[in-house]
Amino acid sequence: MSDRRVAIVGAGPAGAFAAARLLRVGGGPEVDLYERLPTPWGLLRGGVAPDHHEIKRLDETFDRDVLGPRCRFLGNVEVGTDISHGDLMRHYDAVVYAVGAQTDKSLGIPGEDLPGSLPATDFVGWYNGHPDRRELDPPLSGRRAVIIGNGNVAADVARMLTLDSAELERTDTAEHALEALAASGIEEVVVLGRRGPAQAAFTSAELREMGHMDGVDLHVDPAAVELDPVSEEWLAQEGTFTAGKNVELLREFAAAEPKGAPRRIELRFLTSPVAIHGDGKVESIEVQRNRIERDDSGTLRARPADEPTETIECDLVLRSVGYRAVPLPDVPFDERNYVLPNERGRVVDADSRDPVPGVYAVGWIKRGPTGILGTNKRDANETVGLLLEDLDSLPAPQAPGVEAIDALLAEKAPDLVTVEGWRAIDALERERGEAAERPRVKLADRDALLGTARTGA
Amino acid sequence: MAYVIAGNCIKDDVCIEVCPADCIHPTPGDPDFESAEQLYIDPETCIDCDACVEACPVDAIFADHEVPEKYDYALDLNAQFFEQRKVGRL
Repeated sequence: MSDRRVAIVGAGPAGAFAAARLLRVGGGPEVDLYERLPTPWGLLRGGVAPDHHEIKRLDETFDRDVLGPRCRFLGNVEVGTDISHGDLMRHYDAVVYAVGAQTDKSLGIPGEDLPGSLPATDFVGWYNGHPDRRELDPPLSGRRAVIIGNGNVAADVARMLTLDSAELERTDTAEHALEALAASGIEEVVVLGRRGPAQAAFTSAELREMGHMDGVDLHVDPAAVELDPVSEEWLAQEGTFTAGKNVELLREFAAAEPKGAPRRIELRFLTSPVAIHGDGKVESIEVQRNRIERDDSGTLRARPADEPTETIECDLVLRSVGYRAVPLPDVPFDERNYVLPNERGRVVDADSRDPVPGVYAVGWIKRGPTGILGTNKRDANETVGLLLEDLDSLPAPQAPGVEAIDALLAEKAPDLVTVEGWRAIDALERERGEAAERPRVKLADRDALLGTARTGA
Repeated sequence: MAYVIAGNCIKDDVCIEVCPADCIHPTPGDPDFESAEQLYIDPETCIDCDACVEACPVDAIFADHEVPEKYDYALDLNAQFFEQRKVGRL
């Protein structure tokens, strides 16, 4: 089996866990790990909030478990653009897609595309030094920002907009973002949740953090944490440990005296945006109160309450209502669920559900954008387990062998970044970080990344 | 004494694999595994062996007398998870 070769497309956490799992098999296949950016580890580098530096340390585990002798990092190559799915199928025994969910869900309300209304995911990429988000230039001169959504991305973004500059300077926040955030005029961040406090999607850890920030008062209206009877019953019968903790924390925050801090985060529940207004840019957001109802299937839903709308003045609106995957050329796609149609990770035809031999999915492109980092490990174990089961019966590729692959890459991906290139980037970033007493100082534009990568080649 | 897991847990399951006392829960396959935001250590069955601390890739596990201030809630949180679990509340 040792002459087998598997391509993994996407070097984020799902791709990394899948590679690590494949590499643990003695005499198992060789792995080529493709990544469209010059740097590996996806949302661990470009998504996880910079002040969560303990979590970012997972990169050391990935480096150790993935970038070994049987796995090649092939960065700055985009599958579907630089090389095709057909190219991979011609050269590899199997292809594992780990491309994640690369766009955000939209709100579908008027004014959503006004300048100053942005997907939170773009803002996250901007402060994390994603080279494609460097020029985002979010408007930070106003006094108030509104964040739509009640998940951990919304919490991360609220924190990043209000964290003390001195604290930010100890993180690996991108230089351009550090500068812009230090000069920010934002004093208040309003976070809107469609449903009630019992249904907020924050983890209790993220919620607790928002309530314990230096220089920030977390405001929760005491009336907002009085649960309606439907939510009360739901929490008692079906609520998770986290939901119970969240309500407990929110009641604590609602009862707390404000510290008189210079910045403020306000959490509002049962509130949906209906329109964003402004003349050429965001000036305000119009919101509608909701109430919680149980629908026929027993699911709790937020329905508009019979109350007049309210207008909140603001200059920046960040929407954080979920990620969404985009289709890949020549690969089946489930248009309804925004995933690759699959059975436990084996990709199947969208209509017939017949397996597509040799094609697999892992991570968000397999199960949708849910779960946390470690969820991808179990997910990867499942997909790779099936792949290893199938490997001996898969049709042999037409043009196997590393020479054929290298010839293709030389032609189609002249600016390929290999592990040596990544090591050069990593070493420079860490070295600059050490001098500044930060975990790393990121290179955040593609030219700088590629230039540094070349010094390692 | 016992060890505790803080909120920066990413639900990588290496700690469960190395734990000789089977005191870290929920485990993959448990009905409350997917909904759990982190893993927890049962203070009543933890044997203080330190194996999980070594294994954790994100430094989320601490001896109870060494919990950093920002995670001081974790002691109660870990214990409460098992109390509620025992009464079938989860």
